[in-house]
Amino acid sequence: MMDGASLLQTAAGAVLAGLSRAVTGVRPIWAGTGPNGRQRIYFANHASHGDFILVSTCLAPPERARTAAVAGADYWNAGAVRRFIAGKLLRTVLVERNWVERAADPMQVMLSALDAGQSLIFFPEGTRNMTEEPLLRFRSGLYNLACARPDVELVPCWIENMSRVLPKGAVLPIPLLCRVVFGTPVALQEGEDRKVFLDRARNALLTLAPNRDGTRR
Amino acid sequence: MNDDTTCLFWGLVAILTTASLVAAGLSWRSPKPLPETLENLNARIKAWWIMVAGITIAFLFGSGGVILLFAFVSFAALREYVTLTNTRHADRWTLIGMFVIIIPTQYYLIWIDWYGLYSIFIPVYCFLAMPALTAIRGDTSRFLERVSEQQWGIMLSVYCISHVPALVTLPIPGNEGRGLLLIAFLIATVQGSDVLQYIFGKLFGRRQIAPNVSPSKTWEGLIGGIVSASALGAGLYWLTPFSPIEAGVLAGLACIMGFFGGLVASAIKRDRGVKDWGHLIEGHGGMLDRADSLVFAAPVFFHIVRYAWT
Repeated sequence: MMDGASLLQTAAGAVLAGLSRAVTGVRPIWAGTGPNGRQRIYFANHASHGDFILVSTCLAPPERARTAAVAGADYWNAGAVRRFIAGKLLRTVLVERNWVERAADPMQVMLSALDAGQSLIFFPEGTRNMTEEPLLRFRSGLYNLACARPDVELVPCWIENMSRVLPKGAVLPIPLLCRVVFGTPVALQEGEDRKVFLDRARNALLTLAPNRDGTRR
Repeated sequence: MNDDTTCLFWGLVAILTTASLVAAGLSWRSPKPLPETLENLNARIKAWWIMVAGITIAFLFGSGGVILLFAFVSFAALREYVTLTNTRHADRWTLIGMFVIIIPTQYYLIWIDWYGLYSIFIPVYCFLAMPALTAIRGDTSRFLERVSEQQWGIMLSVYCISHVPALVTLPIPGNEGRGLLLIAFLIATVQGSDVLQYIFGKLFGRRQIAPNVSPSKTWEGLIGGIVSASALGAGLYWLTPFSPIEAGVLAGLACIMGFFGGLVASAIKRDRGVKDWGHLIEGHGGMLDRADSLVFAAPVFFHIVRYAWT
């Protein structure tokens, strides 16, 4: 496990941050927490490949350098190009989503990344949300991480508009303004039930979303 | 660059320095933490410094620089506009085309000074091609609404704004090589009138013009703004081929158009439930918050000058 980002990853991160700013003018809204240097898991809604780039663009360069996105190994290991992008160019922690064929336990992979001092960008829905619902049900991953590493801050991040910029299957982005709203960190309470905690975390993320009628705060 | 440009530049620097000093004085005397109005004033003045620096750099590169600057203004404005519209998956190619084809083409046509095409490229060809492209994709849900929103967006953000740099192409007898100064005149009077309307409104504003649309727009602000902006325009006549009276009248007209631009922009924002178009310019909001008055003023100013002076 690497401790810091490679030179190529730092450069790629800066280029991608510049590009995503040029296309989306993204700006972080710190509503409930600020950058504080603590190790964190940024958990966000997921509807586009651009999501983790948008979150990492919002982070200050030192924090960006130690933050890796958790992504599906089945997708990113398919083909040499994707493998190069995920393995060499970007900071990713690849986890196997397929129970039957998987070689490595996803929890172990994520925990060893955390133990190496990395912050993570994590999509607790487990997959990209293609429904009309604003947010799918959370899978257990977030709860398991919170149990295993209670010192790591869990920061909800609502990503706005990225699914319009770069929807599934699209290659060229439409320039639209995006925002990432960072909310108050959620902590697992003593003896809290898995389902209760996941609902609470999900609600913390949902409250950051714009209103139903499309208006923004 | 000539003496008049240098004069204008130092005049602006003097005005902004005065504004900064006054704001610094107010901030120093005010109780801490600073009230929101004062914070906003400071942010606005700081943003003005950056905008004046940007415009100055563009002017140093001549008409090419100004065309590039306004192509960027169009890009930022269109991006803010489209963000607020209803877009569906079937609109993708139309929307991408608006950014990567229409904006470069419109500004290229101005660069090569092809008036016959840049004046109709968007309202004829693009207005026919865009709905055709959207229809081919086969999604008819809210079709009319989507197409109208796209067309008006491209009209406001690209077509209207592109008439600012187009001023440089006008062949006004006796004004050869001074086209950039005409642009400076338009920007200075329209933006100046925004500031003056704001000041008069804050000082004397009583009767609101359209309270449902914009509570900050008052008759006192509008009239004070028009009168003072006309005086400002007359005072800047040396930038233009006009006499002082002509310059004053044109400035007053640009100021009235600018008022309507701001009013329409406010109505759109209110419709969509947002306060600002975006967050590009600290203290001001988005690009369209700053450029809305120019959007309405530029084409009217352009065509009056083109009709009466060429």
